Parts: sequence; structure tokens; C-alpha cells
Amino acid sequence: MKPDSETELARMVTEADGSLGITGGGTRAIGVCDAVALSIAGLSGVTLHEPGSLTLVAQAGTPVAEIEAALAAEGQRLAFEVPDMRGLLGREGVSTIGGVVAANASGPRRVQGGACRDFLLGVRFVDGMGRIVSNGGRVMKNVTGYDLVKLMAGSHGTLGVLTEVSFKVLPVPETTVTLACSGLDAAGAVAAMSAALGTPYDVNGAAFHDGTTWLRIEGFAPSVAYRSAVLAKDLARFGAWFEVSDPWAGIRDVAAFQGGASDVWRVSLKPSDAPGLLDKANAEDALLDWGGGLVWLRTKPGGDLRVALGDLQGHATLVRAAGDTHKALGTFQPEPAPLVALTRGLRAKFDPRGILNPGRMG
Amino acid sequence: MDMPAPNPALLALKPKLVERLLKVLPRDAVIDDEAETRAYECDALTAYRCPPLVAVLPSTTQEVSDVLRICHDMGVPVVPRGSGTSLAGGALPTADSVILGVARMNDVLETDYANRLIRVQTGRTNLSVTGAVEADGFFYAPDPSSQLACAIAGNIAMNSGGAHCLKYGVTTNNLLGVTLVQMDGTVVEIGGGYMDAGGLDLLGVICGSEGQLGVVTEATLRILPKPEGARPVLIGYDSNEVAGQCVSDIIKAGVLPVAIEFMDRPCIRATEAFAKAGYPDCEALLIIEVEGSEAEIDDQLARIVEIANRHNPVELRESKSADESARIWLGRKSAFGAMGQINDYMCLDGTIPVSQLPYVLRRIGEMSQQYGLGVGNVFHAGDGNMHPLILFDANKLGDLELCEAFGADILKLCVEVGGCLTGEHGVGIEKRDLMIDQFSAIDMDAQMAVKDVFDPKWLLNPAKVFPLETSAARRAAAE
Repeated sequence: MKPDSETELARMVTEADGSLGITGGGTRAIGVCDAVALSIAGLSGVTLHEPGSLTLVAQAGTPVAEIEAALAAEGQRLAFEVPDMRGLLGREGVSTIGGVVAANASGPRRVQGGACRDFLLGVRFVDGMGRIVSNGGRVMKNVTGYDLVKLMAGSHGTLGVLTEVSFKVLPVPETTVTLACSGLDAAGAVAAMSAALGTPYDVNGAAFHDGTTWLRIEGFAPSVAYRSAVLAKDLARFGAWFEVSDPWAGIRDVAAFQGGASDVWRVSLKPSDAPGLLDKANAEDALLDWGGGLVWLRTKPGGDLRVALGDLQGHATLVRAAGDTHKALGTFQPEPAPLVALTRGLRAKFDPRGILNPGRMG
Repeated sequence: MDMPAPNPALLALKPKLVERLLKVLPRDAVIDDEAETRAYECDALTAYRCPPLVAVLPSTTQEVSDVLRICHDMGVPVVPRGSGTSLAGGALPTADSVILGVARMNDVLETDYANRLIRVQTGRTNLSVTGAVEADGFFYAPDPSSQLACAIAGNIAMNSGGAHCLKYGVTTNNLLGVTLVQMDGTVVEIGGGYMDAGGLDLLGVICGSEGQLGVVTEATLRILPKPEGARPVLIGYDSNEVAGQCVSDIIKAGVLPVAIEFMDRPCIRATEAFAKAGYPDCEALLIIEVEGSEAEIDDQLARIVEIANRHNPVELRESKSADESARIWLGRKSAFGAMGQINDYMCLDGTIPVSQLPYVLRRIGEMSQQYGLGVGNVFHAGDGNMHPLILFDANKLGDLELCEAFGADILKLCVEVGGCLTGEHGVGIEKRDLMIDQFSAIDMDAQMAVKDVFDPKWLLNPAKVFPLETSAARRAAAE
């Protein structure tokens, strides 16, 4: 099914007599979901872009590339650095902005600037009863009623089908500099990244892979020159820092783990807990982003990383694995009973027939 | 503003309720004397007052859970209260409710600089969160103007903002985790010291839910390294349109100030008479602050001044020192007090798209003439969050009602141009009946469905946010 208007989509959901698997461009959905595909790709187009108000509104099926091009023409960008998951997940297709929101997909800049949900100003969606709901709006500050905007971001299509999303966008900075330091182990890298993120120098990327630690500084050229110099000096105790070419697209897209048959896990935890997790995880490879707060792990197929996570605060998502592994371990980390009750309650309210993406998010 | 009539059966339960509360709380944490409950009869929206049945001041999450379990069991509504600084009536009691104040829960539980977070009990005041970390070079970013008094609990309930959220975001962007006590006493932990809580974004919907989904007793907050320095520039224009255009041009140019504040002529004149900050007598005044090292500040201010000069300002004063900065901020910071010297005032909080600023200011001026009530505008221009202050005389019969009608018209205008009723103060009772101007019945039904899940008996912070008519069926069904 591929409706070309919100009204038609609402009608299709209302009339559905079975489960629906909501899809945008099919580039980033994770886990298993057996249902008839309902594509939002037919709802496409930027509805409003007001550069002076830093605002963009688009239909949910609009290709991310189209939005990025429209913004770039005005020297602006989506502030949260949309990851391209096609390489990692082995997918084809065109990523849509609705899919990005449904996954709350957020790249390296999340550590300083915020996630997709932090820049999302408003949503329209069709709930499981086929009703069209609007929440939030197009203005930057809005506390009118409950914030269903945040609830929809990262709900993986389990509460409703997004039809329109609006964002606060930001200007593209004049200059970007990346500093790198070689030879640190994970513990040293996390310490260095924490030190960097604790300075007033607005570091907006902090990642580590295979012995290299990267820090990113953006802004006006004189300011970037000043901050990168003083940062390198402040962090000299960790080693020598030198300017390198831009590695951030690769970090964002987890390029290092593309291809192969290994499982891939994504763990969100306190940065200072990351080195301990690596010690226990027995992973083939690890990539740290968000100053260590986001850990990507490549592991032998079928293993349960959550055992290594133990009672550390945080959660592990199985991003890439065989269908059987997803079924056995669960794509998303199981939650404590009171949270399960709240989540089930919300799903039952928004989708009483349980037809939206059944099986996804537990 | 209508509130539901108190339930006589609940009023009759008071002795039994107090008896049960005293089993879980010390004597001095249960306030049932009618003279003493008066202290909790209102918040900062003082036009509405109603003493609660009882007020309780628990000291631990366990005590909060015990109190809520008892009230849930007896069907008694509960109104959570931080410091009572809500401008929207968010902490206004009903006569048959229990006020649950978190003021005694104000400890810092953990500071963690490596992971850039602080965990506090939510009765702690906003400013004292920064106070706990600033000696080590950190701060908590959301800075509502009541920050000296307001509690983190209330900040979370209302998703509070402040002057600096253009750069740092509002409460929801700086909240990592909460301990939430549900109405039935269940304690849940959501999120924590990591950047994205797992599962559905419950944290996102709890923040800004005006105390209607649960009582937040502990919070993990993101703290940020303090900038090296900050300095403002003051720019005066002889028209609101030009000032609005200047704001838009600055934003488009890629300069991201931490604050862009805007004052109109009535407000400039009032503050000048009151605080003598030396502001020019002009139509519109901008205060724009940037952060960084001295050289970075100079560079950013130069860019702003270059843009500002294109629009022929009547005054442009770049701060070169801490003293000059203080003088520039003096008037802005005393604006509310200055308006209060003239008369009683009502402070509105609608947000509009920045592009609509000149039109909305012109319409507000016209409406001011029609209503015969003065209005001054002082607001966060960078993000379109307006704060019109309508002057009225509380002692003059009918003036409050006239003022409320004027206020409602301004907020409807905000919605009409693509904005919203409230940017940072919350709906409370103040904007409750205007919700139908922004949301369809289905939009509100989806929001109320969330409350159905968290608080099926509809006991938490009753009669707020949703128009009474809209929530009537649900409240009746829950009884």
C-alpha cells in the first residue's frame, strides 16, 4: 500500500483488516515485523522552509537528500547529522525523513547539540484507529499540551504513522576542524573525550575507533582556529593532537562495520562505563561515539551482549543480526515491568487493534 | 475561570485522610490546619486562590509513594507543587485536593563531571543546581527568570525555558532521567546517566505534562561547561518591523547568539523610569548576547553590528566590560518589576514564527487601543517566544475580566499566525479553555489518552490543561 495523501493513508489504516508494516524508504528499520507493507513514500515534499525562522516542515515521505539539498541552498542543515544506515544494514532505497524521526536517528553531533527529537518541533500522524492527530507545531518554544512530538520520535511506527514533521534547522558553520590523537586505548580515549567535552570550547563530535580518537570543532574560522589550538594544548597530557581530514560521515554511518556476517549492537550508556563494557563484551571490534556514551560493537553471530552489559545503566539494541537472533534475543532491550506496563498501555490507546508494526519494539 | 465544585464526600474524608497520612509522615510534614493550608492557596497566578484540604511535605521518594498510594486508595486528587512560582496556575489547589510539595527534597545526590551530569532531588531550586557545580566550571542551562525560587520539579512539569534557550534548549533538552512516582504509588526509573533512554521516549512526554502523569522526585540533569565569557550588544530601532528584520538577518547569517531579547516602547519607557538603565527612547530595543573567549566575542559582535548597521539603528552600544554588560541587562531584568510599578499586570507567553513578529506587534497595539488597556512587550525574539504584559487594575470591577479577554485575543492571534498558546509557562488553568483554539478534539483526545495510561483515575493535578468540558467524560468515568 502506498497512499499519496494523508487522507488516503487515514482511510487505509481505518479499513485495514490486518497488520501493517510501516515503511519510509526501507533503509533503517531494525528487527522483525511480519505485516503488509504500508509505505509513506507517496507523501513527499518540503511544505515550508523559512530560513530566517530556522524552520522546515516536510511531509514524512520526503527523501532526506531532498531536504538536505533544500537546506544547503540556504546555507543550513539538519542539526542532528542523519546517519545513513544502508551500508551497515545492507539495504538499498531512499531514506525518508519520516523514517529518520521514527528511529530518532541521530549522529555524532548528538553529544553536544542534541538528537533528532531535540530538533523536532511538530508532527502530524495517523493513529491506529485512522485518526489524524497533530501535536507541537512549527515554533521553537512550545509547551502547549502534552509533548507527543517526543513520544512519536523513536517510537518506530508503533503508535502512529507519521505524515508530516517540522524541525528547527541550523546554519552550516563556516569552518570545521577535526583533531585526532593516536595510540590511546578505550579508557584513555574516554578520559580524553570527557576532558574535551568538559571544556568551554564547544566540541561537537568525540569518537574513538581502532586506536584513534577524534574531536570536532565547528564555527567561524578565527574561533575554530583559536579553540582547536587551545584544546590541543589542554589535552596534551593524552598525546599529540593533529588536524586530520573529516572522518565524521564514516563514524555516523558506522562504516567500519559494513559488510560481513557479524552481529552489530548499539549500546547507550554512561561514557565512563564504556571501557568496562568493552573489557567484558569480547567483541570483534568497537566504535565509540558521543564521547563514549554510544558504543557500536561487532560481535560473533548469535551472542547476547546484554549479559556483558549486566547491571550497568543503559541499554543495548541489536541492530544487525539474523532473524532468528532478533527473535531469540529481542531487538530492543527488555524493560522493567512498570515501564512495560506504561508502554503497553500507550500502544493499546494509540493502536487498540495492535495493527501498527506488531513485533517491533517488543 | 471555572473549577469543578469540590466533592463533599472528599471534604468529609479529611479526618480519616489526615489520620492515614500521619501514619506515613512525621507530624510537621502534614499541614491540615485551615490557617496554615492558606499558605498553599495559590501560586504566582495570584488572581485565583483556593486552600487545599491538606498539604504534605514529604522528604523521600518512599514518603511520596506512600502519600500517593493513600490518596489513590481514597480517591483524593493530588496537586504536585515545586516552589509555587507557576504563572499559569499549575499548582492551584482544589478545595478537595492534597497539595504535595517537594520543597523538603532538595539534596544533590550525585555530581559527575566526567559524564557531565548532576542528579538532584527535585525540590532543589534551579539556580542552586548551577550553584552546586559552578565552582568546578559547570552550569545547568535552562534559566527561567524565576530561577532563584523555582524548583526543578516545576521546571520539569512545565518544561521551562529561559533567556538562554536559543542556544542551550529548554528543560526537555537537558533532562536525562527521572524517578517518577505514579498516582498508585508505583516508583519508576526512566533514563539515567546516558544520552537516550531506551524504549518509547516516556521522558519526553513526562517533561511538560504539568504534573498530571506522576510526581518526579529525582532528576538526572545534563550540565555544561561554563563559557569563557559573555557580552551583549544593545541595539535600538525606530520600528518593530526593522528590529524584527534585523533578528531574522542575524539568525540567517549563521551567528548563534545565546540570547536575543526584544523590548517595545511601552516597556522601554517603563523600565527606564524604574531602573534608569540609560536605554534610548525608541520603538524597539534588542539585547543580543554572545559567548566565547574575548576574541571570539569581539568577532561575533562585529558580525552582529555589521548586520545591525545595515538597518540604520538609532542606537548601538557594544559592551566592552562586565560593568557595561550589567547595565545593558539591568533594564531587561527589571522589566517585569517596572511594569508592576505602573499597575497590576498579566504576563502572556505565546510563541509565534519569528517572521510574524512585526505583524503580531502591530495587531497587539491595535487591540490595546480597542480594549483600553496598556500593554508592553518584552520577549525572547530569537525563538519567537513573546511575553506581552497587559496592565490592568485588580481593584477596578471588571478590569481583570477585560484583561483576560484581551489576553485570550492575543493568544488566539499567536495560534492564527502559526504559533502556540504557551512557549514556556504552561497551560495550567490560565490557558486551559483556549486549548480548543489550538487543538482539534482528536488532538486533545490523543493527549488525554496518555493521562489515561499514567493516571487512570484522573486524580493528579485536576482541572488543568484540558478544558473541563473536553475532559468531563473521562473524569466522570474515572470516578
